Amino acid sequence: MSELEQGIRQICATFHNDKSRMMDIVQAVQARFGCVSSVALDLIAKAVGTARVEVESTVSFYTFLTDQPKGKIVIRLCSDVIDEMFGMGPVARAFEDALGIKVGQTTPDGAITLEWTACIGMCDQAPAAIINDTVVTYLSTDKAREIVAELRKSGDPRKLVHRLGDGHNAHPLVRSMVHNSIRRKGPVVFADLPPGSALRKALAMSPVEVIRDVKTSRLRGRGGAGFPAGMKWEFTRQSEGERKIVICNADEGEPGTFKDRVILTEYADLLFEGMAIAGYAIGAKEGILYLRGEYAYMRPLLDHILQVRRDAGLLGREVCGKRGFDFDIRIQLGAGAYVCGEETSLISSCEGLRGDPKNRPPFPAQKGYLGCPTSVNNVETYCCVARILDRGPGWFAEIGSKGSPGTKLFSVSGDCASPGVYEYPFGVKLIELLRDVGAEDAAAVQVGGPSGHLVGPADYNRSLEYDDLATGGSIVIFNKDRNVVHVVRKYLEFFVEESCGYCTPCRVGNVLLLQKIEDILHGRGTPADLAYLEQLAKTVKVTSRCGLGQTSPNPVLSLLKSFRPVLEALVKPQADEFLPTFDIRAALGSTEDLIGRKSVVFTP
Amino acid sequence: MAKPKVATASLAGCFGCHMSILDIDERILQLIELVDFDKSPVDDIKEFTGRCAVGLIEGGCCNEENVRVLKDFRKHCDILISVGECAICGGIPAMRNTIPLKECMDEAYRNGPSVYNPTGVYPNDPALPLVLNKVYPCHEVVKIDYHLQGCPPPADTIWQALVALLTNKPMDLPYELIKYD
Repeated sequence: MSELEQGIRQICATFHNDKSRMMDIVQAVQARFGCVSSVALDLIAKAVGTARVEVESTVSFYTFLTDQPKGKIVIRLCSDVIDEMFGMGPVARAFEDALGIKVGQTTPDGAITLEWTACIGMCDQAPAAIINDTVVTYLSTDKAREIVAELRKSGDPRKLVHRLGDGHNAHPLVRSMVHNSIRRKGPVVFADLPPGSALRKALAMSPVEVIRDVKTSRLRGRGGAGFPAGMKWEFTRQSEGERKIVICNADEGEPGTFKDRVILTEYADLLFEGMAIAGYAIGAKEGILYLRGEYAYMRPLLDHILQVRRDAGLLGREVCGKRGFDFDIRIQLGAGAYVCGEETSLISSCEGLRGDPKNRPPFPAQKGYLGCPTSVNNVETYCCVARILDRGPGWFAEIGSKGSPGTKLFSVSGDCASPGVYEYPFGVKLIELLRDVGAEDAAAVQVGGPSGHLVGPADYNRSLEYDDLATGGSIVIFNKDRNVVHVVRKYLEFFVEESCGYCTPCRVGNVLLLQKIEDILHGRGTPADLAYLEQLAKTVKVTSRCGLGQTSPNPVLSLLKSFRPVLEALVKPQADEFLPTFDIRAALGSTEDLIGRKSVVFTP
Repeated sequence: MAKPKVATASLAGCFGCHMSILDIDERILQLIELVDFDKSPVDDIKEFTGRCAVGLIEGGCCNEENVRVLKDFRKHCDILISVGECAICGGIPAMRNTIPLKECMDEAYRNGPSVYNPTGVYPNDPALPLVLNKVYPCHEVVKIDYHLQGCPPPADTIWQALVALLTNKPMDLPYELIKYD
């Protein structure tokens, strides 16, 4: 038996040859053998008793998985617009020069691969990159050259970390240079809670009473959509099926969002407490924390905290001595796919499949993970739950605004004096936040990430809450020197890359939107294109299958709404019958060269 | 009042769409009541005699002559309609778009199994229009106002579209005429 075959059998056995653990299996295979090769695909399929195509479909879907050998070290540069604003262009060129390769290539000795990746959740310390699992921040051209020299010397990315970040970033299990940048603490999330205190209060009540408390608090989902959490739990509890599942969505992929990173680093206990309360309330024994692959560097710490809670009786059999309530949490690591932040895609991914969204109905509360009733909530939502059970729903409902009780974490980045995470009561005016972060002169603000809204000064007096400017927490600030049309182009490039390709409106529509925005940026746009953009954007929104395509045209629509004069200044009427995007010289050039004669119809 | 004029052209197409135009059968007599034909293979008028209300384009652009004709149509027609798969998507001729131009030319004029060309020269008479680097659908070259799908679009679809446009009424296309699977 070959080493590969033996290794794969061993890995598959660790996961009980269970094909629903495919994500863990292929990640383990890749970690050990460098890639999931064609032979490995067959071996895995055989071991878990599935078809090769099932394994291949998972491996080919995720950015961090590969069936081709890559370098022992993979440098992933963050391609987000924020990183570009803060100098990623020259940094990428410095990496290319130092390595003697282009982005997307591997050094001839097979040591180092250089590639782009979507937002890695480090916008407050951009430009940043992930090297294997090690995050490097505040990059510069000098640092890029130093990093390459050090990697060549030691071959170990972990040795790149010299100065550790604050808080748990300096924990021996993390040892990361990432900084938390907690700039404003509030009473709900960024506050201390002795482990177990909220959970014990919850266990003293009946599960129905716990749900009633969450409903009384009027807590709404913090991921962005704002669905009432108590109602979701009630649906899940009432759904048929013995086995129920609690999932925490920590696939924080929305460019410009990094608040969950800080919660996971500093307040993981609060999160796990909230998940256990959810488990008790809906009658679940199993919890899954879906952690985005970019945050793999935190996993040892999170595993450790889970173990400490198990040892303290806060997880496992008979939690806190409560008879009949067993609950434990496992971590499911993602592998670089934005669409997995969409709850049905996330469930697909937890089941070991490609991160394709599922049809609704049935909703996850009815049939979710492996067909079981499942409640998927955001990291921050679970933290709120723990606090609500500790302090009482009345206390919580008093904070914030009428339709949006509680506080919200905002990940602030871009052109401001103090990027970082801010906890505000809901209903805070955008202008107040801009003043606090040192960005009163902002020319444009992207609220809620690319799938949210790009607003200009006319909207700064609006308030941040579900009923006005709704946001999952991302606030990206642009000053007057930034080109908003270019920003929208970058966001569209992101959506084109991250679309799962299942439905046509999203797969094709986003490409067409991007093409048109590029035409306009290059001076090939006509006034009629603005109407075209608006119509196409609305079509993609209405006809896409999941949240990705239903929100991906938002940057275009906000641009048309809030920055129309900028677009109007870029378009110009057509000069003759030809569309400005059609270049007859380019269309004829190669034939003229091949045949050796010039056109007499369209003379140069 | 003079009747509005209609012009038609077949670019990189198979004339199938024009056959479909003729398939309106005896209604062509009704059509003649409504319109005059200008530049069109139907009446063999080679160049525009004046401004036209509607231009029907079959086929995409595979060479410079197609582009010249299409540009001329845009110049002379108030409303331009792409008729059929080739005009809208490039159709069969656009299958060459996935193959590099030189490879295509070599296969056609030098290396193809039925080709006899001992000198290896590409056809190069000045009267031959130069082919484009790829086949373009019409709406990538000029502004197209409407698209009529089908390969070819049924005669009834073309008839309904023309009558609707010329009488300024909404088009009423039954499901059977726009269903293609």
